[in-house]
Amino acid sequence: MRRPTTLTAYAFLYLLFLYLPVLFLPLFSFNSGTIVAFPIKGWTLDWYRKLDEQDTLIQALWNSLAVGTVVALLSTAMGLFAARAFVRYRFRGQRAAEGLVMLPLVIPGIIVASSMLVLFLFLGLKPSLLTVILGHTFLALPFSVSILKSAFDDFDASLEEASYDLGVGVFETFRRVTLPVVAPGIVASVLVTFTVSFDEFVLAFFLSGNQPTLPVYIWSQIRFPAKLPNVLALGSILLLTSVLRDAVRPRFYV
Amino acid sequence: MIFRSEASRGYTLSAPATAYVGFLVAAPLVILIAYSFWTQTYVTLDKTPTLKNYSDAFADPLVRHLMLRSIWIAGAVTIVTVALAYPIAYFIAMKAQKKTIWLLLITIPFWSSYLLRVFAWKLILGFNGVMNSALLALGLINEPLDFLLYNEFAVVLTLAHAWAPFAILPIYVSLQKIDPSLLEAATDLGNSPIQRFMRVTLPLTIPGIIAACLIIFIPTVGDYVTPALVGGSDGKMIANLIQVQFGAANNWPLGATLSLIAMLSVGFVAIVFVMSATRLGRRIR
Repeated sequence: MRRPTTLTAYAFLYLLFLYLPVLFLPLFSFNSGTIVAFPIKGWTLDWYRKLDEQDTLIQALWNSLAVGTVVALLSTAMGLFAARAFVRYRFRGQRAAEGLVMLPLVIPGIIVASSMLVLFLFLGLKPSLLTVILGHTFLALPFSVSILKSAFDDFDASLEEASYDLGVGVFETFRRVTLPVVAPGIVASVLVTFTVSFDEFVLAFFLSGNQPTLPVYIWSQIRFPAKLPNVLALGSILLLTSVLRDAVRPRFYV
Repeated sequence: MIFRSEASRGYTLSAPATAYVGFLVAAPLVILIAYSFWTQTYVTLDKTPTLKNYSDAFADPLVRHLMLRSIWIAGAVTIVTVALAYPIAYFIAMKAQKKTIWLLLITIPFWSSYLLRVFAWKLILGFNGVMNSALLALGLINEPLDFLLYNEFAVVLTLAHAWAPFAILPIYVSLQKIDPSLLEAATDLGNSPIQRFMRVTLPLTIPGIIAACLIIFIPTVGDYVTPALVGGSDGKMIANLIQVQFGAANNWPLGATLSLIAMLSVGFVAIVFVMSATRLGRRIR
């Protein structure tokens, strides 16, 4: 029984490697000194108190919340239809279509960002929150499609057929049979796509113009050592909310 | 029913998603290609087709250097991440009692902002950072280590952390699919655990390993945040140069050309990799 124990030890070490960096942000956000190093000088909540004085931060937060919400709804709506088509129906070119929808996952971020910037300006769309929404929806779609595909996988098609046989119409069947069964998938998709948008930086950096989202705002602050503790406090709050968001959501392999 | 055939229902329902992604992949590509044949001086765009951007890009040693470095860093990141992740995937699939909890534990940190995680590494590895101050306080070193941050090592370490679940999950899935009776058969035929792993387990997980490699390698070549934050001047990658063209240098045609060259190089390396990996997989079997 020696092998499993070494492996278990490795597994716990690996977890440490995964969590340590993430835990340093909150730890040092309570440090009263401005330099991020041991030993910690003293404990304070000042950095958190000072957050709401910063108007640009609040504005960036609202921008991110708005973008994330719209992106979550758009990509989940499109993903819902596509996932249903992929799971329920067989049609020519289906595999190609499924592959195409997954494509945004594997294109390097800088290429998506630069090429979209060029496209949107070509189309006469100035960089703004609108262009960020369009770009983030593109990035979020693979997540919503794969989550909803697994939601539809668990769905027994005969339930719908029974509903049709009982004389219920298409839309009513969708509302009363399909929707309740895939609802957890929809919730998961909305939360995940919101997170994808809310945390995304490179695309927003290229496409947001003078309406920064929260990550773009954080990027602009990172270079100034004096702002560091504030960024740490903000980052810790964001960490906590994303972990909570992830912990409460229904799970579909993603 | 609204549509008669199953196929037409399939097309109609999937159309919004495929059309959206299809348009946003194809249209920018066309315009990017067009841009790469144009030139720009300050703000005026000259639309006379020319190959100047390509000859400039290929003649510039900096471009070649950054492109090769991006590919080598991405390759190193891929190997390190997959090598570190494989035992974990193996542990969760074969040994762990509570698989779901382990999978949850591994994915949770990655729903937090990528930017913040990279930033955390910068704070940890810095000259006056967490690691150095901790080692100094413990008396393990006398002066701060200066090789931790602003180099290729920092970039590889940070990215190996950032991509962890993308390596663990595909390998875990392929391990889960292995039929236990194959493993029993190998043991019954007199294989030692190590032989069994090399002859049965490893070959059967090659598809998972290939998937993990691609999903890590391709985006890493074009990563911007990590080299910008922890790479210093020795760790800059092609994405940083592309960003400069679209930003400070304001030379969009050259930026477009670099994007295309990066895309083609990534595609080329990925195809060669998949072909040789599948061939290798077949030979093992």
